[in-house]
Amino acid sequence: MTNTILSANNVTKRFGGLTAVNSVNIEVKENSIHSVIGPNGAGKTTFFNCLTGFYKPEEGELLFNGHSLVGLRSDQIIVLGIARTYQNIRLFANLTALDNVLIGQHIHLKAGWLGSALRFPGIVREEKAALAEANRLLNFVGLANKGNQIAKNLSYGDQRRLEIARALASKPKLLLLDEPTAGMNPHETEEATIFFRNLRDELNITILLIEHDMRVVMGISEIISVLDYGQKIAEGTPKEIQNNAHVIEAYLGRGSAGNVGKDQVAVAQTV
Amino acid sequence: MKNKLVQPIRIGLVSGFIVIFLSLIGMVETFDKRDVISEVISLGATVLLLTILSTAYLAARGQGKNGVRWMFAGGAVSGLVGGIVLALFILATTLVDMRGVFINVKPPLINMLTLEQEVLALGLTYLIGVSTVTGLLGTVLYLTPSRVRRALLIAFLCVLALGVMQELLRVTFANIRFLADLLRSLYEKNGLSMVGAAGIFIVTFTLSLVWSFVQSPVQDRLAALSPRGQFILKSTLFLLLFAALFFIPKILDNVYIGEVLSNIGLFILMGLGLNIVVGFAGLLDLGYVAFFAIGAYTVGVLTSPERGGTLNFWQALPVAIAIAVLFGFILGIPVLKIRGDYLAIVTMGFGEIIRILVLSDFLRPWLGGAGGIVGIPKAEVLGFKFAGPIEIYYIILIGIFIVVFLAIRLKDSRLGRAWMAVREDEDVAQAMGINLVWTKLIAFAIGASFAGISGAIFATKLSTIYPQSFKFDVSINVLALLILGGMGSIPGVIIGALMVVGLPELFREFEDFRFLVYGAALVMMMQLRPEGLWPETLHMRELHHEHAPPEPASTDSIRAD
Amino acid sequence: MRQSLRERLSFTDIFMWVVGALIVLLIVYGSISTLIIGRYSPRQWFDFVVNGIMLGSVYALIALGYTLVYGILRMINFAHSEVFMAGAFNSYFLGTALNQSGFLEENPVVGLLLIFAMAMTTSTIVAVLLERIAYRPLRGAPRIVSLITAIGASFFLQYTFKGLYGAGVKPYPRISVLNESLAFGEFKILYMQIFVVAAALVLMAALYYIVQRTKVGKAMRAVSEDFDTAALMGIDVDRIIVITFILGGALAGAAGVLWSLVFPQVNFVMGFVPGLKAFTAAVLGGIGNIPGAMVGGLFLGLIESVGPGLFLDGLKVTAAHQLKDVIAFTMLVLVLIFRPSGILGEKLTQKKA
Repeated sequence: MTNTILSANNVTKRFGGLTAVNSVNIEVKENSIHSVIGPNGAGKTTFFNCLTGFYKPEEGELLFNGHSLVGLRSDQIIVLGIARTYQNIRLFANLTALDNVLIGQHIHLKAGWLGSALRFPGIVREEKAALAEANRLLNFVGLANKGNQIAKNLSYGDQRRLEIARALASKPKLLLLDEPTAGMNPHETEEATIFFRNLRDELNITILLIEHDMRVVMGISEIISVLDYGQKIAEGTPKEIQNNAHVIEAYLGRGSAGNVGKDQVAVAQTV
Repeated sequence: MKNKLVQPIRIGLVSGFIVIFLSLIGMVETFDKRDVISEVISLGATVLLLTILSTAYLAARGQGKNGVRWMFAGGAVSGLVGGIVLALFILATTLVDMRGVFINVKPPLINMLTLEQEVLALGLTYLIGVSTVTGLLGTVLYLTPSRVRRALLIAFLCVLALGVMQELLRVTFANIRFLADLLRSLYEKNGLSMVGAAGIFIVTFTLSLVWSFVQSPVQDRLAALSPRGQFILKSTLFLLLFAALFFIPKILDNVYIGEVLSNIGLFILMGLGLNIVVGFAGLLDLGYVAFFAIGAYTVGVLTSPERGGTLNFWQALPVAIAIAVLFGFILGIPVLKIRGDYLAIVTMGFGEIIRILVLSDFLRPWLGGAGGIVGIPKAEVLGFKFAGPIEIYYIILIGIFIVVFLAIRLKDSRLGRAWMAVREDEDVAQAMGINLVWTKLIAFAIGASFAGISGAIFATKLSTIYPQSFKFDVSINVLALLILGGMGSIPGVIIGALMVVGLPELFREFEDFRFLVYGAALVMMMQLRPEGLWPETLHMRELHHEHAPPEPASTDSIRAD
Repeated sequence: MRQSLRERLSFTDIFMWVVGALIVLLIVYGSISTLIIGRYSPRQWFDFVVNGIMLGSVYALIALGYTLVYGILRMINFAHSEVFMAGAFNSYFLGTALNQSGFLEENPVVGLLLIFAMAMTTSTIVAVLLERIAYRPLRGAPRIVSLITAIGASFFLQYTFKGLYGAGVKPYPRISVLNESLAFGEFKILYMQIFVVAAALVLMAALYYIVQRTKVGKAMRAVSEDFDTAALMGIDVDRIIVITFILGGALAGAAGVLWSLVFPQVNFVMGFVPGLKAFTAAVLGGIGNIPGAMVGGLFLGLIESVGPGLFLDGLKVTAAHQLKDVIAFTMLVLVLIFRPSGILGEKLTQKKA
């Protein structure tokens, strides 16, 4: 019986008159790969933002390994072990790839202003180790020789990898991935899927994933939570979700956007 | 046929208006007072001709796809139209007296523009003729092979620079016999002699041309040096630089140069501080002069007997730094949550508040009000008094070394990266665990400390400090030098300071138009080269060069089982 | 779920609230002292207030320029203070000429109209040139880049005017009819003061009408809501932006004349301080908010005029009037820290991810 690493209870986030996240209950088991899906605007990214401290939910509780997340700032949350990537890729664009990953290690380094300015030997050692670790991470995500490239000059796929490397640098227990395969071609998507599974297996972390690509979702998820208009409308294994009437209706019954939904449902049911 | 010439006509009109503008603001006339080549051509005329030449160059370039004949036509037309516009302007001035409004429309100006011809019609014709010919030259310039063109430009700039720097050079090297003699042979009354100009031109032209051939192989050779070899090369260059910085002022033994170098140094100190706040952390601080003032006034109050001060400079210095740091925190706390342009305005407000307070009668009993603080003693070490600019220069030099050392260390550290993360994307930086409050405050504090050091030295250098020295202009000067040099780049600060402080010294005539040029330069830099003249990323690439990891065994992109 | 108070308030928050409370205390204490001592007569208070309203109206006119541009481009037009100066300066020449020929004395109304026309035209031209040359190429650039461009443009304009017309302070023509006053009881109001407030009100009303009741105004409001959608709806965004600059420029030019009538002099740096204060007013009222700029302007004018007498004197500050700019700048700082959306502005939600 595995532990629940993250539990969201009745989480509600409002923006003026709009309720973006409405009483959502999700339990994420440790070491699992858990996906959150739903049509556009369902509140998935908003939910992530509540998890990482960007937004403060009006109601509800968020517990991570026993710690309450509500009201914490994002720099306090990462220390607890939650890291994320972003839907629109938010790298430190003008810095090198190495610097991006080094910044990811910020919470594990101890150097202060004085030590850095005066170059204490302990800090020199720490920097060296950090650099080695950064290179190792870049290697791990497949960016081996690109450390000195400026982040904004990297290809789109490489940027996504860099974001993951940066997130991994903080040694998280829970990794939030927000549409990590957006913009990838089928080959890249497949590689990414394998990569995520390896990630979980080798590093023993939990992955919470927002995705639109049903191949990915059905391919690696153990549990899927489905959101629509801010509410959770279904949850279960891929097989259960594939045939869930509510889910199908949510994707199909969206008027002109229903065509997209149709494709997704079709793909989902063939996996 | 007509529409091919539309663009050159437009360019010609623009160039004409630029020349009129330069005349109206007085630049032409002021510059005219100095000759580049004595009795032959003045700086003012040079500026005018350059304007026509460069716009004609652009016109010729615009005709690129139409063939050589059209390029010449384009250049000529641009020059012609420019000349006509100018001629019309001159005619207008003769018909209407504009002196009451435009103060610079004076006879000497018109005289110069009509090439000193008595008969107006003749003068105007010559003007248009010269202008058209210059236009053609612009085309010629465009058609010259780029190697030669670059060499020509460099040679021309050298002649221009040397022509303009006559007094400066003479004063600088007055105490060195052989150089003084050399200079005397190059110059005549008001500018370079013909021989001197020709000589300089030929020498620099040849050198640049040769360099353009030799540059690539040399760079390849240098890159191919072993790491040890590169290290030796870099160290030697640094040593030479150190030596130059230490010994040259003593060799020149020249108070004026000492003064100029000291001023540049003070601005470098401030620039390095603001570089941390604006360049590294991305916090646009327009009130930076406040910390400079605080450093100066602290030293003033603590050391000047007139104010009841009993400390000496070296005792007051740490206090000045501490108080500057304190104010860095105090002024930083309120603005932590303010972003971007608002931050700039608020900090500007702070700067003004401090200036007004320092000037006020309310605080006069402590800070001296409009009369400032007088009688600040010079710094002393073991009986040796740092009395003059040359001695102060050495204090500043040491200060700069320390500050540069600190800045370089900090940049490549956890804190430096935290600053840059905050600059790039504050929210994500926070999500990476960076404490925004502390990171921003310490940026303000360290930045303030550098300005405090600069202010402290400033106080002891001048012995008297007035509120006028702490106006908003100073903040803008420092910001301008940062922008020009490149925000976030430490060598950029030095380049920027040299330009912003050094250039006005180079030719005094420039002083009047200093801010005008800054303003135009800032606008143009933002449109053409916002990263500055010595951008940060270049420096960064260099720094990280030795950190490249070894080749991986497999070349597959993602590890897959 | 309830965090302790300690977690919610950080050190910096406490520091700020303490400072804010201190300032409020000082103001209250100072005011009470002054009123108790009775240093100023009712007549003097009246003068302070009227003066404040007059200055405030001028600030409001300039503030509208800042707020209009910010509303549409989300940038601070730092060079707006020079737009103001340009109008004032050029109108000086026309005004002096009219004065010398005696025309101004005999036909003050026509004369003034001409002066206004000259100022507003100049300011408009400068504003449009600014937009075309300096700002348009940089649309979409990071904020810091636009701000620096604006600063550069500001300096460029200042020193251009210095070069063109000289550095000296030039005396603005005086119109004698304006220097007469209306008296009732002890209290006196100068016609000048009435004129300034009236002129400002007329212009503000005109602007309000344009923005709220005309098609162009509607387009402006659309563009300031959402750039891209407005473009998709067929609105010529570039044209609307130019019109915004024209309106802001015209108002600033008028403000330039009014200012010069009150402080009868012009010089090339005259724009800096009023510009900064007008920006304060715009932020005070809520940047991007047109009635806000008007309210903010009046508020600032009043505080600035009444303030030194009211609380600084009470705090035994010598020569309190020297510090009136400090009051204005402190207001700016306080507003941006405690209520950046201003008095009337809406709270802008910060989208973080």
